[in-house]
Amino acid sequence: MFALVDCNSFYASCEQVFRPDLRGKPVVVLSNNDCFVVARSREAKVLGIPDLEPFYKVEHILRKHQVAIFSSNYALYGDLSSRIMQTLSRYSPDIEVYSIDEMFMSLQGFPANLKPYAHEIKDRVWQDIRVPVSVGIAPSKTLAKLANWAAKKIPQCAGVCILDTADKWQWLMRRVPVTTLWGVAKRQASRLAVLDIHSAWDLASADPKLVRSHTSVCMERTIEELNGNACLLLEQQPAAKKQIYCTRSFGKKATQLQPVLEAVSLYASRATEKLRQQQHLALTLHVFIQTSSKQANYLNLSQIAQLPYPTDDTRVITALARETARQIYRPGHAFLKAGVGLIEITDRHHQQFDLLHQGQSRQADHLMAVMDKVNRIEGKGSVFLAAQGVTKPWYMRQQYTSPQYTTRWRDIPKVRA
Amino acid sequence: MSKSSFISHYSTSLLRVPLYSARVQAGFPSPADDYLEGSLDLNEHLITHPAATFYCRVCGDSMTGVGIFDGDLLIVDRSLSPRNGDVVLAVLDGELTCKILDIKRQRLLAANRQYAPIPIPENSSFEIEGVVISSIRRHRCLPS
Repeated sequence: MFALVDCNSFYASCEQVFRPDLRGKPVVVLSNNDCFVVARSREAKVLGIPDLEPFYKVEHILRKHQVAIFSSNYALYGDLSSRIMQTLSRYSPDIEVYSIDEMFMSLQGFPANLKPYAHEIKDRVWQDIRVPVSVGIAPSKTLAKLANWAAKKIPQCAGVCILDTADKWQWLMRRVPVTTLWGVAKRQASRLAVLDIHSAWDLASADPKLVRSHTSVCMERTIEELNGNACLLLEQQPAAKKQIYCTRSFGKKATQLQPVLEAVSLYASRATEKLRQQQHLALTLHVFIQTSSKQANYLNLSQIAQLPYPTDDTRVITALARETARQIYRPGHAFLKAGVGLIEITDRHHQQFDLLHQGQSRQADHLMAVMDKVNRIEGKGSVFLAAQGVTKPWYMRQQYTSPQYTTRWRDIPKVRA
Repeated sequence: MSKSSFISHYSTSLLRVPLYSARVQAGFPSPADDYLEGSLDLNEHLITHPAATFYCRVCGDSMTGVGIFDGDLLIVDRSLSPRNGDVVLAVLDGELTCKILDIKRQRLLAANRQYAPIPIPENSSFEIEGVVISSIRRHRCLPS
């Protein structure tokens, strides 16, 4: 058996953890640069605020109903997520962190009646972290995902749904459209509609070979999973990323070279930080700058560049990214977006040394380690290359950020005594 | 989001105080080396449930009677069930408040005569946010 533990409206719930006054009230969280609504508390959903709606479109509704608005605070969400993971690890020896707010657990060999156990997990996460979760349990990951959907949507479930026998999952599948299922996108649903497959049950009872010939082998596996035969196993070691990108829109369009270079420098250093975290070195990078795709003369300028040796030195990577951006930049355009990708990377501990170049110096290693340490202790961006610019007028501030309650000393909650 | 991109008290401790250590003198190894036992970890001493523990800062003087002063750091464990007489964090009027829990008489007590006991509201929305397991006072400011 597998359990899927999924946090309810995770980002919005995180904002309520140290703000008990906001519990039971409408809360929304905005994306990077405050562009879109990316999370809504239950109460905000009730107000009819759609998901992924541009902020400016719903701002007046939010203001009218005094909805609490937050910019995304990933330091807080990341910390609470790892606390939840740590708490769940007491309930199963095998856990897969599927995303920041979803964890699969193996319940292989656990007693037959899992309902009290599921409630215990749910209550424990609320007690210890104050984040509400839903628990779905079933014999395959695809069914566990469906069970979790039911745990959230069907009030009688009270946050827990166990599909342990065929009659239970069949009952549910007859009542939900095929797009509810994990791994069935809208695009695939139209192909399935040709085969007269509309409900989840239609898919589960379809001929796997026929479905495969119209879609893909993945869909055949989904059918197996829907019939209670586990094909997907827990993935406990997330693979290191093979490419690292840092891409972002500017708060204000850049009509000159200087802000573009500053942005590219910042993105290069962010990507390099992530590179060091996963203990890799970069060989090749990709730089691009774009104007707004909504404009008539849309421009997407992009170039690949080779680093002199495998490196994770922010200075070397930033210098090359800037040089590349300088080459592709064309005056007379208003650029809206830029990105830096480290597209060819290699494991630091398995690198091929160059006969003619000694590679990155020890001093550079030390300097980067010190830089990372200072930024870890003093907060992100405490030490940075001046190439990023100091005032960053092109960088949109996140206006509604909550304190980093659990990851920065000066931000810890204050309590009255 | 990777774990190493922010400080967490359950990541590796930042400061370790060695329990035994000796320099090698004139080439002879220290006889204490065989007894080297690692170091004392203050996190380990103060925190039993890292995932459920958070820190907060005190504002106010209602708890001076139990040695909790304005500006002190509190270590709060959410995983514990509150017992009678525990120092707890409760939510009063939507605000986190530090008080002593008097379960028998259903009220919250200050540790300062100037503050009257507060009856625990009857409605079910009242929640204890966690048990204060330690408070930390600095007796000398660290150079910033």
